[in-house]
Amino acid sequence: MSSTNTAPSLSTATVTGGKSGKAPGDHLDKPTRRKKPRDKPERVNWGTTIVLFLCTVTVLLPLYVTIMMAFKTSSQSVDGNAFSVPTPISVQGFIDAWQLTDAPVGFAISVFVTAGTVIITILVASAASFAIIRNWHKRLFKWSFFYLLGAMFIPFPVVALPQIQLTGRLGLDNPIGVVLLASMFQLSFSVLLFTAFLRSIPMELEESARIDGASTWQVFWRLVFPLLAPMSATVGIFAFLYAWNDFMMPSLIISDPALQTLPVRQNLFQTQFSSNYNVAFASYLMAMAPAIIAYLFAQRWVMEGVTQGAVKG
Amino acid sequence: MTTTASKPASAPETTAPDRPQQKRQKVEPLYYLFLFPAVVLFSLAITVPAIVGIFFSFTDSIGIGEWQFSGFTNYIAAFSDPAILSSFLFTFGFSLATVIVVNVLAFLLAVGLTARIRFKTGLRAIFVIPMVVSGIIIAYVFQFLFQNSLPAVGGALGIGPLETSLLANPDLAWVAIVIVTAWQAIPGALLIYIAGLLSIPSEVYEAGDIDGASKRQQLFRITLPLVSGYVVINVILGFKNFLNAYDIIVGLTEGGPGTSTRSIAMTIISGFNSGDYSYQMATATLFFIVVVIIAILQLLATRGRSSF
Repeated sequence: MSSTNTAPSLSTATVTGGKSGKAPGDHLDKPTRRKKPRDKPERVNWGTTIVLFLCTVTVLLPLYVTIMMAFKTSSQSVDGNAFSVPTPISVQGFIDAWQLTDAPVGFAISVFVTAGTVIITILVASAASFAIIRNWHKRLFKWSFFYLLGAMFIPFPVVALPQIQLTGRLGLDNPIGVVLLASMFQLSFSVLLFTAFLRSIPMELEESARIDGASTWQVFWRLVFPLLAPMSATVGIFAFLYAWNDFMMPSLIISDPALQTLPVRQNLFQTQFSSNYNVAFASYLMAMAPAIIAYLFAQRWVMEGVTQGAVKG
Repeated sequence: MTTTASKPASAPETTAPDRPQQKRQKVEPLYYLFLFPAVVLFSLAITVPAIVGIFFSFTDSIGIGEWQFSGFTNYIAAFSDPAILSSFLFTFGFSLATVIVVNVLAFLLAVGLTARIRFKTGLRAIFVIPMVVSGIIIAYVFQFLFQNSLPAVGGALGIGPLETSLLANPDLAWVAIVIVTAWQAIPGALLIYIAGLLSIPSEVYEAGDIDGASKRQQLFRITLPLVSGYVVINVILGFKNFLNAYDIIVGLTEGGPGTSTRSIAMTIISGFNSGDYSYQMATATLFFIVVVIIAILQLLATRGRSSF
């Protein structure tokens, strides 16, 4: 059976990934750290450190500007000096942005779209991957795998216009439609990750569960799904970043502007309030902040997720 | 090692004998239940629209109302349409430039971030931030910088070309788009390169040291060849993303000045509002074909190398 045949080669790759999922930082740091003591005991390369610190300016400057602009008063923001520190610090921009963009609604919709996409992606992709791997010898399942994978080649713009039409006709030109479409666009990659991981889970575990009387349903939910947790985290991170930040799909699919996600709401300032920089930047900051904060808390898993996902994908 | 080897315990209704487990055995119905949501939803969301779109590219539909078959009219028109040609050229040129910029910078950063530096974890964390920020929003922020701050700085320093906004210059607006796209894409490539660099066993460098290899020789003779597989991944992933460029361009230039920075995605999507539905579906189909050809070429060209 092919699933058994491919197991050894793939398992070595994914097992290391899976293991480090528990302590992601170790995976990234240990090899370098271990290398050091042998040649010269921890001689810090200060030159490189300083150069890298200088490089962080390119990352931090736009964020700094966003924060500074957001806390300015309207009159102070008009002079266009992006780098000056706000005096006095004003939160009026946030209050105005909150009302102008109807931020609570936008926020709720973004949360809904993101949570929905993450959950559907993980559930649908893991269940399908399980069925595919356990029935790899059956043509239907094997071909389904390649069928799902094929979509990695299909860029969204290619199918965007018919999708706008179809969702319109089906009454799905709303956040629910975006959840469904976004999950399906995440599916190829997620199935690829889940199947690779499933191949590394030893069948003996499942067999012993079955001997204890577990049905397939129970085997999946009680045994396999929990074991997939590290890969679910990776898949979830990708789905989260995509769904929270995407502009193209919601802007095209959601027909009612009142039901738009946060990123799409930002173009309000480009079209209507272009000189109220403090309001615009306050709004940008509010839309960016959740992803950045979530990242700062979960950064080790984000790093792990990307390397795992991309390298194995 | 088969799924159903121990099944009788749990699913006695399976009448198939459990000895010859290889081919004959029946698939438990539950597995179909697990597979079908993915396949059915996927077909409805992606495959059906793709087929519908390709179908309509052979008609004269404007998106609503009646339509008739028009054969290859749309395709012939698309081929001779300078607007479409220029958006194709722009998108490929921009993608190529961005892939190069992203990979060179990400590789250098990765080398730095895996060296013996202090604050390694903190520095890595900072360099990944752009990846988690929405493209459209970061494009708006950069648009402000390009329009207001950069000209001010350029003026103060007396750098002629920078005194006016980069975004208003049809010949240079693409540079701004490359910068912002690279800003956002570098973290992803960087993480992959870090993973690649960490996978190189330190013995290789020790051997290099013993043989008296200089730092530069080690970089070009040891490091680069050993991460070539990761270069391949980054180039493929990068191309795939940059060819679809939309958010950042919308946020920065809206395709302007004129149509100098209009990507293929923008051209296709504009067809929905301008009543060019079937016409832009022909563009989309051509784009799809080109993307598949590029993907296949990339895979063929890199077959041997990606076996890291």
